[in-house]
Amino acid sequence: MNQHVTAEVADPGGSRSSDLEDVVRLTDLKRRFGATPALDGVSLTVKKGEILGIIGRSGAGKSTLIRCLNGLERPDSGEVYIEGREIGRLGERELQPLRRRIGMIFQHFNLLSAKTVEDNVALPLKIEGRPQPERLARAAELLDLVGLSEKAKAYPASLSGGQKQRVGIARALAARPALLLSDEATSALDPETTRSILALLKNINRRLGLTILLITHEMEVIRSIADRIAVIDAGRIVEEGPVWSVFADPRSDITRSLLGGIRPQLPADIASRLVPGAGAEVILRIDVAGEAAHGPLLSDLAAAVPGPFRLVHGGIDHVQQQPVGTLFLAVAGNDASHLSQVIAFLKAREARVEVLGHVASPV
Amino acid sequence: MSPVLFELLLRSIWETVMMTGASGLISLVFGLPLGLALVATDRGGIAESLWVNRALAALINGFRSVPFIILMVALIPVTRLIVGTSIGTWAAIVPLSIAATPYYARIAEVSLREVDHGLIEAARAMGGNRWTIIREVLVPEALPGIVAGFTVTLVTLVGASAMAGAIGAGGLGDLAIRYGYQRFETSVMVAVVIVLIILVCGIQWIGDRLVARLDRRA
Repeated sequence: MNQHVTAEVADPGGSRSSDLEDVVRLTDLKRRFGATPALDGVSLTVKKGEILGIIGRSGAGKSTLIRCLNGLERPDSGEVYIEGREIGRLGERELQPLRRRIGMIFQHFNLLSAKTVEDNVALPLKIEGRPQPERLARAAELLDLVGLSEKAKAYPASLSGGQKQRVGIARALAARPALLLSDEATSALDPETTRSILALLKNINRRLGLTILLITHEMEVIRSIADRIAVIDAGRIVEEGPVWSVFADPRSDITRSLLGGIRPQLPADIASRLVPGAGAEVILRIDVAGEAAHGPLLSDLAAAVPGPFRLVHGGIDHVQQQPVGTLFLAVAGNDASHLSQVIAFLKAREARVEVLGHVASPV
Repeated sequence: MSPVLFELLLRSIWETVMMTGASGLISLVFGLPLGLALVATDRGGIAESLWVNRALAALINGFRSVPFIILMVALIPVTRLIVGTSIGTWAAIVPLSIAATPYYARIAEVSLREVDHGLIEAARAMGGNRWTIIREVLVPEALPGIVAGFTVTLVTLVGASAMAGAIGAGGLGDLAIRYGYQRFETSVMVAVVIVLIILVCGIQWIGDRLVARLDRRA
């Protein structure tokens, strides 16, 4: 059930038969700035039509990684394959046509203030040397897609942040790219605008089958739209897999810490009262996912193992239509056999159970 | 003021406008590419080449450190070579242009440098080459500053052209010194000052209006 693959054991080459399916393939990418490695052996693939979310703290190497994909940054070693073609050794002139296959959106939008919205959107086509009528027709089509048709003649300064990013998305799509890179595209936006931009990206992914690679430091972004997640820390991919499975069973501390904001945590007042020895109640952490989270777990537990237990905190979340739950139970702590029965029952239901500690008096 | 002096004043105004306009135009034509070259060849620029950058900077600093009155005299052989004479309005345009070009290049450089690096990166990510970046990003985004800087250069040239009177270039400065100062024609002095104020204000007003129309940033 757990499909985690770490960078160290990822297959670096060859044996994959479906190379054409991989829009992006990175093998053992390394890049250092002075003494500090920004990328320390990154291997990744992005399949056609999927949304891969790369998450990490600032300074983890996310920006360097995404900029290696269109040659804005050159790796010291390792290979970058875009649609099966190695780009690491291409010169600036050879990279230019390739970059037109890759759209990019930015945290600070990077719209040209001296151009109207439609001219901004049409710029990639102007660079391609398309005639003016075709450029404007395509710009109108894309502005319609992002819901900004009435702003075609406006200048970016008159737009809100969310509108600017919509223009940025339209511009990135103008040359019909095979891949869209999103560099913290929602980090400068408020939560509501973030949701609408993410919904737009998801919609474009579905309707156009566009492959998207996004980097972010916000787990919420990954949770809303990504199919697969890769966690980067100190220039290495420390964890990778389908979003729901990583959410249900995070393996690394950094992933757990990044998930902290959106997954239930033991409330601080209870955590501060935990003691290792005996006490009135034992606090259990139960992680369930998939079928186990779907079923009537708690009522089955009550029927199978007589004796009181209380739900202290937690909930079931839905990630990629998969239930992922974390529950904190308080079970009477003076009966060891009762406790082991509870744990055995939960484990039989494919839940992960962790004894967090005891509390002296009921919470 | 006598009709003769009035006619002299009109001719001087025309000479000043000629000198300022011609050398301003030349400094724009050469100074803007020079400013672009300074930004492009600098560290992290779109055509990074540090030794070219240092050579250009040294050349510009060299010309800028010579006071105009001395530069004018030092350039007499060059002026003779280009115009055929070292005396008169046309002759003055040569040293004025040579002094204003590096001056304007520095001003243009400051505006071009202020263009957000993210915009250049966006253009590169779209597959743009250097020429695209210059034409679609650097110059249009810096245009308000480029125009404002050109206004400053023109105003400076009005002042510098007065000094060109020293090599018989004519113009308002020459008139003010020969008639207003040396012949105690106070009315000429006053008239010249008033005309200069109007000229400078006019240039500044047009420049400001143009900048306001070009600036889409707010």
